[in-house]
Amino acid sequence: MRRRSRYPVRRGAAVLWILVALSLVGCNKTPWNDPYPAADARANVLYSAFSERPKHLDPARAYSANEYEFIAQVYEPPLQYQYLDRPYRLVPLSAAAMPEVTYLDASGKRLPADTPARRIAYTVYRIRIRSGIRYQPHPCFARDRRGRPLYLDLKPGALDGIRTLADFPHTGTRELVAADFVYEIKRLADPRLHSPIFGLMSRYIVGLKGLRARLVEARRTDPDGYLDLAHYPLAGARVIDRYTYRIEIHGKYPQFRYWLAMPFFAPVPPEAARFYSQPGMAQRNITLDWYPVGTGPYMLTENNPNRRMVLSRNPNFHHETYPRHGAPGDAAQGLLHDAGRPLPFVNRVVFSLEKESIPYWNKFLQGYYDMSGISSGSFDQAVQVGAQGQESLTPAMRAKGMRLRTSVVPAIYYMGFNMLDPVVGGRSERARALREAISIAVDYEEYIAIFRNGRGIAAQGPIPPGIFGHRAGRAGIDPYVYDWVDGRARRKPIRAARALMARAGYPGGVDRHTGEPLILYLDSASSSGPDQQALLDWYRKQFAKLGIQLVVRSTFYNRFQDKMRKGTEQIFLWGWNADYPDPEDFLFLLYGPNGKVEHGGENASNYENPKFDRLFERMKDMDDGPVRRAIIERMLRIADRDAPWVWGFYPKEFRLYQAWDYNVKPNPMANNSLKYLRIDPGRRARLRRRWNRPVLWPLLAGIVLMGLFIVPAAVSYARKEHRRPAQRS
Amino acid sequence: MIAYIIRRILYAVPILIGVNLITFVLFFSVNSPDDMARMQLGTKRVTPQAIQMWKHDHGYDKPLLYNAAQRGVDRFTDTIFFQKSVRLFAFDFGRSDSGRDIGSDIRQRMWPSLAIAVPVFVVGLLTNITMALLIVFFRATYLEVSAVVLSVVLMSISSLFYIIAGQYIVGKLMHLVPISGYAGGLSAFKFLVLPVVVGVISGIGSGTRWYRTIFLEEFGKDYVRTARAKGLSELRVLFRHVLQNGMVPILTGAMVILPLLFMGNLILESFFGIPGLGSYTIDAIQSQDFAIVRAMVFLGSVLYIVGLLLTDISYTLVDPRIRLR
Repeated sequence: MRRRSRYPVRRGAAVLWILVALSLVGCNKTPWNDPYPAADARANVLYSAFSERPKHLDPARAYSANEYEFIAQVYEPPLQYQYLDRPYRLVPLSAAAMPEVTYLDASGKRLPADTPARRIAYTVYRIRIRSGIRYQPHPCFARDRRGRPLYLDLKPGALDGIRTLADFPHTGTRELVAADFVYEIKRLADPRLHSPIFGLMSRYIVGLKGLRARLVEARRTDPDGYLDLAHYPLAGARVIDRYTYRIEIHGKYPQFRYWLAMPFFAPVPPEAARFYSQPGMAQRNITLDWYPVGTGPYMLTENNPNRRMVLSRNPNFHHETYPRHGAPGDAAQGLLHDAGRPLPFVNRVVFSLEKESIPYWNKFLQGYYDMSGISSGSFDQAVQVGAQGQESLTPAMRAKGMRLRTSVVPAIYYMGFNMLDPVVGGRSERARALREAISIAVDYEEYIAIFRNGRGIAAQGPIPPGIFGHRAGRAGIDPYVYDWVDGRARRKPIRAARALMARAGYPGGVDRHTGEPLILYLDSASSSGPDQQALLDWYRKQFAKLGIQLVVRSTFYNRFQDKMRKGTEQIFLWGWNADYPDPEDFLFLLYGPNGKVEHGGENASNYENPKFDRLFERMKDMDDGPVRRAIIERMLRIADRDAPWVWGFYPKEFRLYQAWDYNVKPNPMANNSLKYLRIDPGRRARLRRRWNRPVLWPLLAGIVLMGLFIVPAAVSYARKEHRRPAQRS
Repeated sequence: MIAYIIRRILYAVPILIGVNLITFVLFFSVNSPDDMARMQLGTKRVTPQAIQMWKHDHGYDKPLLYNAAQRGVDRFTDTIFFQKSVRLFAFDFGRSDSGRDIGSDIRQRMWPSLAIAVPVFVVGLLTNITMALLIVFFRATYLEVSAVVLSVVLMSISSLFYIIAGQYIVGKLMHLVPISGYAGGLSAFKFLVLPVVVGVISGIGSGTRWYRTIFLEEFGKDYVRTARAKGLSELRVLFRHVLQNGMVPILTGAMVILPLLFMGNLILESFFGIPGLGSYTIDAIQSQDFAIVRAMVFLGSVLYIVGLLLTDISYTLVDPRIRLR
């Protein structure tokens, strides 16, 4: 007799549920592997990632690229870089016009614009801001019906149930005023904030050092409380009227205008500082360091540095339009298609924490990130280099409609000589010849080809392309290291370097006096990259061309920095990223009074040449023009001859953009470029679906394979169970 | 038993002080307070005065372990070690060197860690035990040999390989689940499937072999023969009697791990973008944030001690002959 199932109804229901579930999966238009909510599939959202959580989001403290990625979209300093123009050009942002610059003598008398820098005692920047700019909605501005602040005098227990800023039910806003800019400048002196540029700015902004002393005193009694900076006047930053303020600095410092494009000089409302300083806020991580309050196109609406950060469109954002003019060729690339249209284009920007490069790259290929850099590991998959060195996308990337954009980063990576070292340092002919020989032998063209997949340009001096004073073409080569052959720079042959070695007293790498082989020491900060050992071996080989034995001392970055501060290194590897596009920001790395050992400055090679220093002092205060260019040229010639650095290379950035991204043009100086980007969410959704159709046959094959194991096992079990107990053991 | 637990808690105090001291010495033998300040202030344009001020504000301007400038007890209490350690014993972790509240971060990151660690632990334990029992069931057959060989192969492969292979095959080629990421609530399911499967598979090799050894030992005992003589089926003998008697060594391993599940899994979390506690400590070491390192090591030590205590208590539950005094 056939046994009937004990649970016929349940089994039928289970089958039904499975069928329903499968049919739902089949109908669902969102790919299974979509990491974002289905509701956002067609939303105007830009997806990006961050690999390291930002340390600070306070504009007085933040100073690194991964922090600016967020706050530059929220805070608006007076100036910004024009998005499309090259060379980089400053334009007003929250300012109504470019600052009016006035020069004064020591008695406060106005001086003409062409007054030599040495006669200028003070420079005054008068900045008029645009009226009608309003802050993002924020609880610190919330008021009750009678106009009293709702959250600025919270009673004990008022924060019960509050975990994030979004838990405050009411928000408000107010108009941006000049006093907010002055307030932020005063914050740079607050000892509690440890602003990284206080040291530099206190040398320029009148009275900032004195303000710091008064604030230190005030903080002694209440280290973490609210300090009303309105009670602490600052001579160097004053409000003139509701929409105008002035900054007064010592002497002439033309580079100051670039600082006005950085978040350090963005407005901060005093209400925000007062709001965040209330008891209980810091314990919830609700601080100005984590919840920025600005007037920019976006506001930080989700702040979870452990998982994701979300910027949402600021509903109070003032009117700003896409640039109407760009660099030559921009129109042909479609970069002026949106000219005159209001910004921003994207409603939301979602940054997900993605620590590892492999998942990030794979998700980019699946369409879940809208843009990506290219790591060495994925370079060959994305880019092919032609016979003439031209880069293009691989067929696989082109088939996806991706676009490649490259740009030379305003930065330099170099190999420095410690000029205090008795062997490689100093300005003797012997040491100079030795440094020159090494400069020829270390083949950075080869380095770029092997270790950077061609993503760099061998440097001919300290100033990268795109910065005023950069030398290009025949006139721009370092004549001690390169020859101009067939219309291009060619590194001098190694025999020239060997001849220099002989002149230096080390023929074949052997000390002529002692007969001992020359041993040099290279210090570098260790990295965990897979190429690290190969890289160090490569350096050894470069020195071995001259018979020099190179000992590499790779240490943790902090140990490396310690050696640099003490000047115990001999040769070292380091780099510099521009703060602003001015030659002063690179040439000061070779300015004697900026030496690291003696003065604690950024001149890591401790290079000192009085002639160079005098020229630097003249050049740094000059406006761009032929005279300044000529002085820079003389400085570069001096540096070429003294060879305190092997010039190294200027890094080149490669970025990939999806087919649905528009208005993409890398601008390494501008940090607030998200507002210009536009995407086509419909196209993105279609392509994502096409690229991410589930592949189920391997799953079925796996089930069949498991069956092949289970069936004989089941047979074996049945046989075993039918044996007698004695036979089973 | 209560006296025993109190005694063990009291034993924990010197252990925690020792762990804290070792962490302190190791950390500061590699990093100096100046390095920490530079890491927080950035490497550009930082002045010696700024470094000094940062150290003063964060309490790193004192001597490390002994303050010769003070008198009496203050020689030991007015030091970085004492000032930074004493509050830990009240579980007041304070603020990180970058200014975030550590307790708040731990509470936030604990749940994603548990969301991945608990399923990996439970499913892994069940899978390993079941696999081990089945191997014992099919002992002395080609299935046992195959399974043991397979286990050796599985345990010889790095867990990183499972992660990358899992992401590549399941996420990239088959498009079945997201390659990485995390979401709260029920949406977390699709992000957790792959890491949990990878976590379980990467532990099958060693887990199965370990439990197989335990069960084979039990299998040779008299009570198994008696059970068979009573006519019980082989599966019943295994899953009812052998499993129950093999629970003591299983509990030894499992209970110690249980509290440490809070600490998360470093590699899984890092590769799958799970915002748990696993990567919190490593991030802190990289950013030289001593406040977080100290707090996490302290927390890990406390949880390990709790785990050992739970193990002892669990013995009494599975084996009535054991008494804690």
